[in-house]
Amino acid sequence: MNARKKDSEMTDQATRAAGPVPSPQRAVRDVPDVPKEPVFTTQDLNIHYGDFHAVTDVSMEFGKNEITALIGPSGCGKSTVLRCLNRMNDLIPTARVSGEVRYHGIELYGPKIDPIEVRRRIGMVFQKANPFPKSIYDNIAYGPRVTGMKVDSMDDLVEQTLRRAALWDEVKDKLKQNAYGLSGGQQQRLCIARAIATNPDVVLMDEPCSALDPIATLRIEELMAELRESYTIIIVTHNMQQAARVSDRTAFFTVKVNETTGDRTGGLVEFDRTTTIFENPSDQRTEGYISGRFG
Amino acid sequence: MALLTAPTEPSSVGPPLSLEPSSRRLGEKFIVALLFGAAALAVLITVGIVLAIAGPTIEFFRQVPFSRFFSTEAWAPNFVPDGFGVYNILAGTAAIVLYSCMIALPAGLGAAIYLNEYASHRARRILKPVLEVLEGIPTVVYGLFALAFVAPLLQEIWPTFVPGKLGDPPGFQFVLSAGVVLGIMIIPTVASVSQDAMSAIPHGLREAAYGLGSTKMQVATKVVVPSAFSGIVASFVLGLSRAVGETMVVLMAAGAIANLTLWPNDPVLTMTAFIGRTATGDVGFGTTTYYTLFAVAALLFVITLVVNMISIALVRKFREVYE
Repeated sequence: MNARKKDSEMTDQATRAAGPVPSPQRAVRDVPDVPKEPVFTTQDLNIHYGDFHAVTDVSMEFGKNEITALIGPSGCGKSTVLRCLNRMNDLIPTARVSGEVRYHGIELYGPKIDPIEVRRRIGMVFQKANPFPKSIYDNIAYGPRVTGMKVDSMDDLVEQTLRRAALWDEVKDKLKQNAYGLSGGQQQRLCIARAIATNPDVVLMDEPCSALDPIATLRIEELMAELRESYTIIIVTHNMQQAARVSDRTAFFTVKVNETTGDRTGGLVEFDRTTTIFENPSDQRTEGYISGRFG
Repeated sequence: MALLTAPTEPSSVGPPLSLEPSSRRLGEKFIVALLFGAAALAVLITVGIVLAIAGPTIEFFRQVPFSRFFSTEAWAPNFVPDGFGVYNILAGTAAIVLYSCMIALPAGLGAAIYLNEYASHRARRILKPVLEVLEGIPTVVYGLFALAFVAPLLQEIWPTFVPGKLGDPPGFQFVLSAGVVLGIMIIPTVASVSQDAMSAIPHGLREAAYGLGSTKMQVATKVVVPSAFSGIVASFVLGLSRAVGETMVVLMAAGAIANLTLWPNDPVLTMTAFIGRTATGDVGFGTTTYYTLFAVAALLFVITLVVNMISIALVRKFREVYE
């Protein structure tokens, strides 16, 4: 019944075939003080679900070709902010967004904006690998097909995409097989490949490794480091080490409690270069979270 | 400070330790037996029906050869000279199934897609109960609906749509009116089973599709329907079986003339209508006509069995196991 193989077994095989996995490397990159070319700029972003004020007053910038990590305890609104950037929150009928979200200077929640066009430029990878119950090939080809991308050869595009996602060698002999036969880690990399097949500008990742074992996680982190060259990546993660390993900048969110009403809302505490956040945070709450004292 | 200590010896008084079952378990055994009986009943009844049909059917084929039954000779079991060409009433059933499925399958699937993917919360709250009410209307009411409304309407518009000699309006009982009404009757079954299958698709798949910039229509046609395909096939087969087995509507609206035809304008006699009509009429026990009833019933049984077996095979083939 369960076609999914043990993740660790599969990854071990893949590892043996592809040679040793290099040890995780701390990203050593020059990160400017502020993002040079912001892809997204939010200004006083507030998000409500019905009466619930989920996120309050978030103002930040996401730099081009950078990896920005959003970290913080549960309920701090990091995923909500992420889903606001490609208008996935539109799928929730009660969600309401106010304030400004600019994407290359264009107001994302402007009256003439089509969320479908937005999502065609801003790809997304989800917490749980969610390949379509179709072949590996059709999973990759889905995006180009629905967006009506002009493609000379779909076969070439599928191959290129899978190579960019470092999945080609593992799946090249079973492109026509159902994606559900892949291991969990491979499925998630397939989902990343599927997201970049349409050549989006940004890839949003919502806790992409939370369901994976450490080896599969490592491979995805390596992949992200490679993809950074061509894409802007924004990742929500519960794993602080992951944020420290992969990201250029880190935004720390937390749950803020209104002292008079007792209402809880998520908000941004500190946003800086990852090295600064992890080595020299300026807010006590950040320091407390990073060092594991709360949250 | 007192350290936590393991409790010392168990208190020496009290009943001796016993691990034997207490008598209360007998009740449980009784209930299990009762539940097994309930489950076995269905199997026993099925076996009973097969046996009850098998005997008279064998007797029928002793009196009438296979080659006469499976033929296009006239269908007139209780006339002189008699005729047993079952193809005539098989065609009647096929015609009804054809037209009713032409209506029920697309409309049922469409309703399911609308309910699951497009309908607002409010629209769904109104539509679903209405569909369920439609499912609960007695078939005889549908039969009346066919005779009183659909047949006259079709009689009126038929010549407008069909030119020439074929454009003669039909009589008051004919294939299309029964087929249309039967189709309407089956829509809720197809819709509700398909929609159940669609709503069982993990939300993540829909999110993935939207995240890639799919339109609502693309999500519905390229992700939801293919992912729910096995359930949709099951709903189609269920609809088809109902059309094959439905009796009252065809008895009232399709006519009583065994006709080797699929033409929508003709009256037909279906297998079920034959059994319904003949069995409630004046049939002497042990006559050939009596045995004919069982032969036709056996054929119906085999047809629905084959349809269901095909359906199970299809459902297995297309099933995706979502975690």
